Amino acid sequence: MAKADHPARKFESSSGIPVEPFYLPGDDSLNPPPPGQFPYTAGIHETMYRGRLWTMRQFSGFATPEETNRRYRYLMEQGQTGLSVAFDLPTLMGYDSDAPEAVGETGKCGVPVSSLEDMEALFEGIPLADASVSMTINSPAAPIWAMYLVAAEKQGADLARLSGTLQNDILKEYIAQKEYIFPPRPSMRIVTDTIEFGARHTPRFNPISISGYHIREAGSTAVQELAFTLRDGVEYVEWAIARGLPVDSFAPRLSFFFNAHNDFFEEVAKFRAARSLWAKVMRDRFAAKDERSLKLRFHAQTAGCTLTWQEPHNNVVRTAIQALAAVAGGTQSLHTNSLDEAYALPGEHAATLALRTQQVLAHESGIAAHPDPFGGSWFVEKLTAELVERARGLMERIDGMGGMIPAIERGFPQGEIAAASYGQQKKVESGETVVVGVNRFAGASGNGKPLETLRIDRAAEDAQCVKLRRLRAVRSGEAVARELGRLRRVAESETNLMPVLMDAARAYATLGEICSALADVFGRWVETPSV
Amino acid sequence: MNTPIRVLVAKPGLDGHDRGAKVIARALRDAGMEVIYTGLRQTPEMIVNAALQEDVRVIGLSILSGAHNVIVPKVMELLRGKGMSDVIVIVGGIIPDEDARNLVQQGVTQVFQPGASLDGIAKCIREACGGQHDAI
Repeated sequence: MAKADHPARKFESSSGIPVEPFYLPGDDSLNPPPPGQFPYTAGIHETMYRGRLWTMRQFSGFATPEETNRRYRYLMEQGQTGLSVAFDLPTLMGYDSDAPEAVGETGKCGVPVSSLEDMEALFEGIPLADASVSMTINSPAAPIWAMYLVAAEKQGADLARLSGTLQNDILKEYIAQKEYIFPPRPSMRIVTDTIEFGARHTPRFNPISISGYHIREAGSTAVQELAFTLRDGVEYVEWAIARGLPVDSFAPRLSFFFNAHNDFFEEVAKFRAARSLWAKVMRDRFAAKDERSLKLRFHAQTAGCTLTWQEPHNNVVRTAIQALAAVAGGTQSLHTNSLDEAYALPGEHAATLALRTQQVLAHESGIAAHPDPFGGSWFVEKLTAELVERARGLMERIDGMGGMIPAIERGFPQGEIAAASYGQQKKVESGETVVVGVNRFAGASGNGKPLETLRIDRAAEDAQCVKLRRLRAVRSGEAVARELGRLRRVAESETNLMPVLMDAARAYATLGEICSALADVFGRWVETPSV
Repeated sequence: MNTPIRVLVAKPGLDGHDRGAKVIARALRDAGMEVIYTGLRQTPEMIVNAALQEDVRVIGLSILSGAHNVIVPKVMELLRGKGMSDVIVIVGGIIPDEDARNLVQQGVTQVFQPGASLDGIAKCIREACGGQHDAI
């Protein structure tokens, strides 16, 4: 006979919502309207994937812009439908590849982009007028986007036709991922500049992807992921309105990014709950009229933090289940993690298998035929309602603190997440939470490590540094100094930063020079360490 | 009464993913140790200076970014230079086996890879401290 389950096992969702032995038809008010109708719980489109499949968008970047460019072309040949740029840590922190802070880090966790020259190399031979490109960059999002827009212009693309997404969600950096440069308020001014610029010049580009993914990876519950992300969204809307932008001029281009985690039904319910919460916030709090302002569109990524180092092939199974939850929850685009990501950045074989996982779901499983396959399940409807209720309560607590910035300044979301994360780890330690191949059913032979993992050698870093030194020698130092001077003056004023950032990019000012000029005006943010 | 073991938990490099460092800090505290958490983006110099000032027996480094082969040897070198070779250094993070062996050869007491248990880490620290914390 099988060993009894852990004696302390309670039947509840990962956020602590009790799961009953069975559900009966209950309150009819829980049943949402059909897909395509307010509050879009069942989906933002009437036909969903019948009309168009989700975008298969694998996050990728490593070593150098030239090597990453080759991986992009390979992934597109394999049927990937959107590009997603992973930048390295120095770039994410606004440092050039040859900065002292970058030693040992350049090209390790993503691709380095220190100037327009790198941006052009990254998209060499990829027509940006026809591509949909997502860029995971936050604190330096505005200068990186400026380089991207100039690179596209130089390819002859019309800015008004460009499509893609900038992550550009600084609030979740203070809350979870901690890749910030400037203090919260000047950072919010920069984000608002990009939203305003986007509304005027790049109407098909999402200037922000308001992200719960990193909040969940930092150890939050599903309820916290929902509440903190949507409350961040409220903050961005308030800042844009205060700038004088009519809500319906920018809200249709706000996009979201969620985690697809292990607890299958809670995750499906979470995506449904997010749509319904956002639609009501936009209608009731901001009086948005345009239907597109009410519809929450999101990208999902399977949960990196659930991948195990032990028996890594099991990760393929975890990822497939998480991806299924994202699709059943109505995602607009999806990244599936590779089995080797507890070791390194994905190797080519592992990255292909991850893409194949999505293609099997899309073309073999039948899931794409129905917009909301779990809608009407008494269990999923009850879970959805419960998540809405709990997330709304937490959002109201942040309202009570005066909004997300004061909440961040007093460490509220950071502390809540740290406590949740420690609680989860203790459950893994005690065996109450089972991790197959780690704390249960461990030690099988023949299910060992992946055959090959990607290693980035120091040659990539050296090549980047050589290239950057050459650029500094050949560009006009005078033009760079002039543009950086203008940048400082604009930063001190209330003028939108995007045009001057594009001029700085055209002069081949480096990312490090630009961020350092901005830090001269805005200062740098240092978090008070707390456990 | 036992004097608690003093541990510096440090997060070097540019990476901001501090979930692991914070969980370890809480767990070691719950295991009765005195934990000082440095916060993010500490250079090897800052870490070794903090270890000196706080008079810790143990330094725990959390590194997920792949920069361990540059950062850890630097920390070990600075410790030797300051006559602090008796400070126990443990490392946790995404560290390939081959790199982990190299780090141990350079004087790191143990490298904890993903999936390591909190109990195992606390036990390793107690054993490495060899009862010296039991001073009256």
